[in-house]
Amino acid sequence: MADYKMHILVCGGTGCRASQAEQIVKNFKQELAQKSLDKEIKVVTTGCFGFCEKGPVVKIIPDNTFYTQVTPQDVTDIVEEHFIKGRPLKRLLYHNPKNEFSVTSAKNIDFYKKQVRIALRNCGFINPENIEEYIARDGYAALGMALTEMTPEQAIQLVKDSGLRGRGGGGFPTGLKWEITRKVQNSQKYVVCNADEGDPGAFMDRSILEGDPHSIIEAMAICGYCIGASNGLVYIRAEYPLAIHRLKIALNQAKEYGLLGKDIMGTGFNFDIEIRYGAGAFVCGEETALIHSMEGSRGEPTFKPPFPSVSGYQGKPTNVNNVETFANIPVIFNKGAEWFNKIGTEKSRGTKVFALAGKVNNVGLIEVPMGTTLREVIFDIGGGIRGGKRFKAVQTGGPSGGCLTEKHLDTPIDYDNLILAGSMMGSGGMIVMDEDDCMVSIAKFYLEFTLDESCGKCTPCRIGNKRLFELLEKITQGKGTMQDLDRLRMLSNVIKDTSLCGLGQTSPNPVLSTLDNFYHEYVAHVNSKTCPAGQCKALLKYEVDAEMCTGCTLCFRNCPVGAITGEKKMPHYINQSLCIKCGVCYDKCKFKAISIV
Amino acid sequence: MPKIKLSEYATTTIKEVCASFNHNEGELINVLHQVQHKLGYLPAEVQELVAIELNIPVAKVYGVVTFYSFFTMLPQGENPISVCMGTACYVRGAEQVLDEFRRQLKIDVGETSADGKFSLNALRCVGACGLAPVVMVGDRVHGRVSPSDVKKILAECKDGCLTHN
Ligand SMILES: Cc1cc2nc3c(=O)[nH]c(=O)nc-3n(C[C@H](O)[C@H](O)[C@H](O)COP(=O)(O)O)c2cc1C
Ligand code: SF4
Ligand code: FES
Repeated sequence: MADYKMHILVCGGTGCRASQAEQIVKNFKQELAQKSLDKEIKVVTTGCFGFCEKGPVVKIIPDNTFYTQVTPQDVTDIVEEHFIKGRPLKRLLYHNPKNEFSVTSAKNIDFYKKQVRIALRNCGFINPENIEEYIARDGYAALGMALTEMTPEQAIQLVKDSGLRGRGGGGFPTGLKWEITRKVQNSQKYVVCNADEGDPGAFMDRSILEGDPHSIIEAMAICGYCIGASNGLVYIRAEYPLAIHRLKIALNQAKEYGLLGKDIMGTGFNFDIEIRYGAGAFVCGEETALIHSMEGSRGEPTFKPPFPSVSGYQGKPTNVNNVETFANIPVIFNKGAEWFNKIGTEKSRGTKVFALAGKVNNVGLIEVPMGTTLREVIFDIGGGIRGGKRFKAVQTGGPSGGCLTEKHLDTPIDYDNLILAGSMMGSGGMIVMDEDDCMVSIAKFYLEFTLDESCGKCTPCRIGNKRLFELLEKITQGKGTMQDLDRLRMLSNVIKDTSLCGLGQTSPNPVLSTLDNFYHEYVAHVNSKTCPAGQCKALLKYEVDAEMCTGCTLCFRNCPVGAITGEKKMPHYINQSLCIKCGVCYDKCKFKAISIV
Repeated sequence: MPKIKLSEYATTTIKEVCASFNHNEGELINVLHQVQHKLGYLPAEVQELVAIELNIPVAKVYGVVTFYSFFTMLPQGENPISVCMGTACYVRGAEQVLDEFRRQLKIDVGETSADGKFSLNALRCVGACGLAPVVMVGDRVHGRVSPSDVKKILAECKDGCLTHN
């Protein structure tokens, strides 16, 4: 990036693109050309900055000025103030909600302060569609080093020494997996990158592929060299068109530069990568199901062993790793195992990327050292709970994980601690919930997902989860009994013990963890037929408190079914037979005049 | 269901796609992706022809089409509406938004309105969780949607916002 004096980085992740990031780029280019600044200032579309809450985000380097919630119309002002008058445009700077001061530099934003970016090192810094920018940041140096200076055994040893564990959920030591696959004798082996990312509400892997696709290509090639494979496959969801598009560009560029294909860097090592598309099935994230899907069949898991390392794609030894696992590899080679070892905790080295979402102020993509506490993530980085509400629970591990509560907030996050606390790391979805979320409904929500996604191969998962769901439905409708609560627990344990694959074995976790941590909420639904969070429709009624109502007509104007009547400045009234209990009036009322009874 | 007769175009498209994958049965999913992309949906008749072209039982094709939620056997509406029901959107009220679409369109999830204008689907995380709850109409993403926005979104579609976007 040497020829230009300044760069304007515009986030081109899916979230920001949805808010017209492309138009912003166009406008910048036009504006700069008009002012004859286009020789000095370059506009770059990058991958996700992580701060999705305040998107679209624009960053100016070298001064690191960080503009948030930029619209295409703001571009003229930014160019005028920042580049012509040489001062930051105050209006669009990030405002620290704690003291209302505006923050100029990205480095001083709380959201970024506690983060350590390894897997996301290039996301938001480089143009993912330009291999030169990746190379300028040490790209493909790790591959060069492995191929020319190390034997496969030495390279595997390095990965083992780093202590890197799989980021796809299980946390299996990556170096060990590579070693096992290497030791299996076969002339044909495969490297597979698992980019299925089925966890709803998680977008880590997608953001890495969108923001830094070359790091995955480089790592897969290194893996191929280590295990003795010359073919790589990326299994990616068809719902990720942008990631697919960028990956394809990156693959072509890598081939052009001789970094993929025959005789890479003149070392005689051959490696090529193909893309395979998923088609919307969560269970295909499970490695045996994924392999069947790549072979063109229904993605039904099969019993392990044999593990894919021994018999995988087309019956050949196959090393399956997650996107984020791969993204760590080049850095480990460049900076050494010892450096990596210093980050994180004893048993979980390095960092973890989380998709922080739900009821926090700063929704986004974050990366923190293992051992960071949930409190730091939710309150420091996430900026606390939206709208001044109370924190209630945080769900990690997606449909396989559990809900953690206030008492777990100071737990350092790593693989083992999360399991001890009754949840799991999973792939990195982290959903924060506040006092308005009904935990019974949350459990039901996850089960509904499992029901949809169960492949149906084994009975406990196919039928057991259905029965669990029905029990939860009964409870949320106020028809449950105390006996049902015991049944829930018993059935959950049976499903866990008897299902074939990881999906069924973990699907009751949301039920069990909410039963453990929020038993009183279940009891309220059963005994007093109330939903403490006010979410279960069958159990609630919206009413206007005539004394609090100022007659501002806001509820009247927003009610989608016209169930609210009343004159201006007079108390309003909700017609219960028309009310569909959508809660809009409750959300909109500024005077807390609507109550849930 | 009454049989439909495949158009000349559909038949040649399917044959071409299968040929481009060398009639290799291992490429079934890729074949179906491309056929659906070109024809819009995968009714039984399309599946039968794919089976013949790849020389596999229709049951295998049907098994795959019904296994993966990305494949659909029903034609989609002019304005395919997808409400994200990923967890981030769910906790920010996606269910109420979905209910409102159901109510206004008088169709359920997975259905297409009688006039063929709208179809309604629930999907899992489009990755714009920062904008939750998220609704997609075709390729267009609407963020921070509340039930009271639903009417406006539908009206926009009727005005043909899709054509100039
Ligand atoms: C139901 C289920 C879903 C899974 N989904 C994913 C996924 O979306 N992405 C992923 O990388 N791993 C997923 N896994 C884990 C994979 O089976 C596998 O362990 C992982 O890809 C190995 O890579 P790693 O060692 O780098 O973590 C899933 C496992 C199960 C049981
Ligand atoms: S546990 Fe569920 S998803 Fe896994 S094989 Fe059995 S039915 Fe399929
Ligand atoms: S959960 Fe809806 S966009 Fe991610």
